Amino acid sequence: MNTQSVSQPVSTPSLSVEDHRKMHVVVVGHVDHGKSTFVGRLLNDTDSLPNGKIEQVRKNCAIEGMEFEYAFLLDALIEEQEQNITIDTTRIFFRTKQRAYAIIDAPGHKEFLKNMVTGAASASAALLLIDAKEGVMDQSRRHAFLLSLLGVKQLVVLVNKMDLVDHSESTYQKIVAEYSVFLKTLGLNAVHFIPIAAKHGENVVARSDNMPWWKGPTVTGALDGFAHEDDLTGLPLRLPVSDIYRFDERRIIAGRVEAGAIRPGDELIFQPGGRRSTVRTFEDWPGPETRSVVGTGGSASVTLSEQIFIERGQVASHPSNQPRVGREFRARIFWLGKEPLQTNKTYRLRLLTQNVEAVIAKIEKITDASTLESKEGSSVPRDSICEVIVRATRNIAFDLHHECPITGRFALEESGRIHGGGIILAAVSKSAAPSGKVTAGERTARSGHPAAVVWFTGLSGSGKSTIAEAVERRLFDAARNVIRVDGDDLRISLNRDLGFSAADRSESVRRASAVAGLFAGTGHIALVTLIAPLAADRAKARATLANHAFIEVFVDAPLAVCESRDVKGLYAKARRGEIAEFTGISSPYEAPESPEVHIRTDKTSQDEAVDLVLSAIDKVLQGKGDDWEV
Amino acid sequence: MSRNAQNDHLTRLEQTSIHVFREAFANFRSVCMPWSMGKDSNVLIWLARKAFCGKIPFPLLHIDTTYEFPEMYEFREKAKVNHGIDLIVRVNEDAIRRGIGYATHDPVTVTHELKTVPFKAAIDEFKWDALVTGIRRDEDPTRAKERWFSPRSAEGNWDYKDQPPEFWGQFASTAPEGGHVRVQPLLEWTELDIWEYIRRENIPNPTLYFSRNGKRFRSLGCHPITHPVDSPASNIDEVIEELKLTKTSERAGRAQDHVGRNSMQELRAKGFM
Repeated sequence: MNTQSVSQPVSTPSLSVEDHRKMHVVVVGHVDHGKSTFVGRLLNDTDSLPNGKIEQVRKNCAIEGMEFEYAFLLDALIEEQEQNITIDTTRIFFRTKQRAYAIIDAPGHKEFLKNMVTGAASASAALLLIDAKEGVMDQSRRHAFLLSLLGVKQLVVLVNKMDLVDHSESTYQKIVAEYSVFLKTLGLNAVHFIPIAAKHGENVVARSDNMPWWKGPTVTGALDGFAHEDDLTGLPLRLPVSDIYRFDERRIIAGRVEAGAIRPGDELIFQPGGRRSTVRTFEDWPGPETRSVVGTGGSASVTLSEQIFIERGQVASHPSNQPRVGREFRARIFWLGKEPLQTNKTYRLRLLTQNVEAVIAKIEKITDASTLESKEGSSVPRDSICEVIVRATRNIAFDLHHECPITGRFALEESGRIHGGGIILAAVSKSAAPSGKVTAGERTARSGHPAAVVWFTGLSGSGKSTIAEAVERRLFDAARNVIRVDGDDLRISLNRDLGFSAADRSESVRRASAVAGLFAGTGHIALVTLIAPLAADRAKARATLANHAFIEVFVDAPLAVCESRDVKGLYAKARRGEIAEFTGISSPYEAPESPEVHIRTDKTSQDEAVDLVLSAIDKVLQGKGDDWEV
Repeated sequence: MSRNAQNDHLTRLEQTSIHVFREAFANFRSVCMPWSMGKDSNVLIWLARKAFCGKIPFPLLHIDTTYEFPEMYEFREKAKVNHGIDLIVRVNEDAIRRGIGYATHDPVTVTHELKTVPFKAAIDEFKWDALVTGIRRDEDPTRAKERWFSPRSAEGNWDYKDQPPEFWGQFASTAPEGGHVRVQPLLEWTELDIWEYIRRENIPNPTLYFSRNGKRFRSLGCHPITHPVDSPASNIDEVIEELKLTKTSERAGRAQDHVGRNSMQELRAKGFM
């Protein structure tokens, strides 16, 4: 059997390093300024390559008749080697004596900017390479702009290929002077500028003998000096809801704490919507002990004291320090889509777990990321940066980027693909501080679900109230705002003056519609149970309530069945002639032609009937997350 | 390293993986998790139970090549009960009837026929739109380019040249028409992280990973093409100490990776994990 031995170490820095946490570093810069070569050399010089790797790559180069290059260590994919450029974010691990790193060899080729964004967004620090011979180029500037936008603050500029300029200090100083001015305009500061020759490993790990004038750190020395990204535990709590689990009798709110910390007993407010409840438990598995606090980055499984309506996307915070709620904000965006970013086009705005439709209401300025010149325009081409007004179709919870970066940035998606991202600079005041008339949208936002009118029509005794009561119970228990508007109740209150004549019946339908409309206006699901025998009256009700979702439920049972039930004794009275114009006996019932739900109560069980109605309600409220299952 | 720093590091990896699991479950209609019974797979099960508060709310899939080590079948049955796993097992009976096997065919062909083909057939059968994999970036250079959520076409192909950007915790939320998305919660973990986490959480694993007669398995696959390494490490502590010092790659004992210069690349482009 073929066996392989586990080799003994040479001088690999072991895991006795105090800081085991990997720092993510991104490597950027203009195409061909030597990024892959640099990373290959760094891996080699820190002794971070698996045994035999160099030999294997050297052998492959020999087979294909190419000169060995350190860049090939990373460019393991055939296509990359053919093009001699890195095509995607490669993540490679290495260690210095101080700590472990994940280095991201981000590409420099212009059309691959989206990969650089992917790499840089997860980095705590950046190394930007500039070719000493070629100097500051287009992407040297463009990448720095993106780094500033993505929030990478710790930057080291590596002036590479010093061997090609005779290790000249004055060439190095010229680049430092020119590029520092540019960085300053972005509000960025390079922690160091380091002269290196990556190909020969000069000033990468070991000091260069060819640059005795250089007294600053080597690259690994500089890296070890970096701090990890800011800890957000000191910020206000931001817990976006990822999901609601009901795998058993527990109802668990699942989400990751993006900022701040959460403890059992904390009062929470969920925005948008503004519902409040208190954290009862953390449902940590395997238990039985559970955490006493979940800090930033921790995944929480929360049960609440009250059964309030919650859906994916809402952000939980402490009532004393909430995110903003609004639909409109000013943002700085980087756009990577093949199609230009345009006004009057709908995108999906994704902010934490929120996912809403949004339009670019206005493009304020488009900035050339290389020259930093701004211009106006109505569409933003690929790989550009711009300032825009974003308007969402409904309220979202957010912070300004400078207040809380993680809730102050978002991605824009089109056709299921992310094409850009942005940071929120300012709320547009009218949405951040609403004033004047309270709108239907605000009410819906507060109740947390759309309003609806469900109209149960059918003969007396067909089962309208029985089904409506059961539907009401299920909705109520699922924390929906629900109310019944019952024909019999109205008859002894609001409709006390009305009898059974056709005219009175029309008036009764009109009044019930008005009442249902008021309830729907407050964000309720109103369940109306009224015979409403005439198609024309029901059509009028539907038209009156056109602003709300309207579900007509035809509770259908043969007259003989209804009459045999006769719960209220009305059929007997009607047969005795004590009620004139009684529907089904002495006055017609016009069955609905195309009700949203048709229930044959003589053939359907009550449970099935309730499920039919609930699923129709669900359909109206569809796309609102799992929590709509009732 | 202090125990606290190590715990912080493992907890951070764990919590991120849980987040990836939850986002996948919330985003996709139908999730499945292939299960090899190997150490990474078993860590995934553990993380899934943490993510979903004890219950794994989707099925697991074992593509049985019929060349598993006997101990793996025993382990499978025990774990299935202990974790409450809804398990789907698939075998490419047709290929076995055609006589495809290690005695007569090369490892790349057998891996393709007995793993990739039935795997794709199962995806077609169950129409999953998300598959949770145990891929780690440190395993192989081609895997270093992976994303947390990685879309695959209907043919299972990976368009690594045109991957969606992934930043600020926003993942590709839609599967391509007829395709699926690979969800990879272990992307940031290393082999050492996996073992340190197994030790911390006391996660059950096959004992093939531990030394018997001076040899142990570092990575498990089909028995004819999976070779043990020389190692005296007979328990978790010793495995961890050994890994801290080794510079041999983890999959060195997996023959199908090393047939040609880019065999892993070829396998993966055809839909291999």
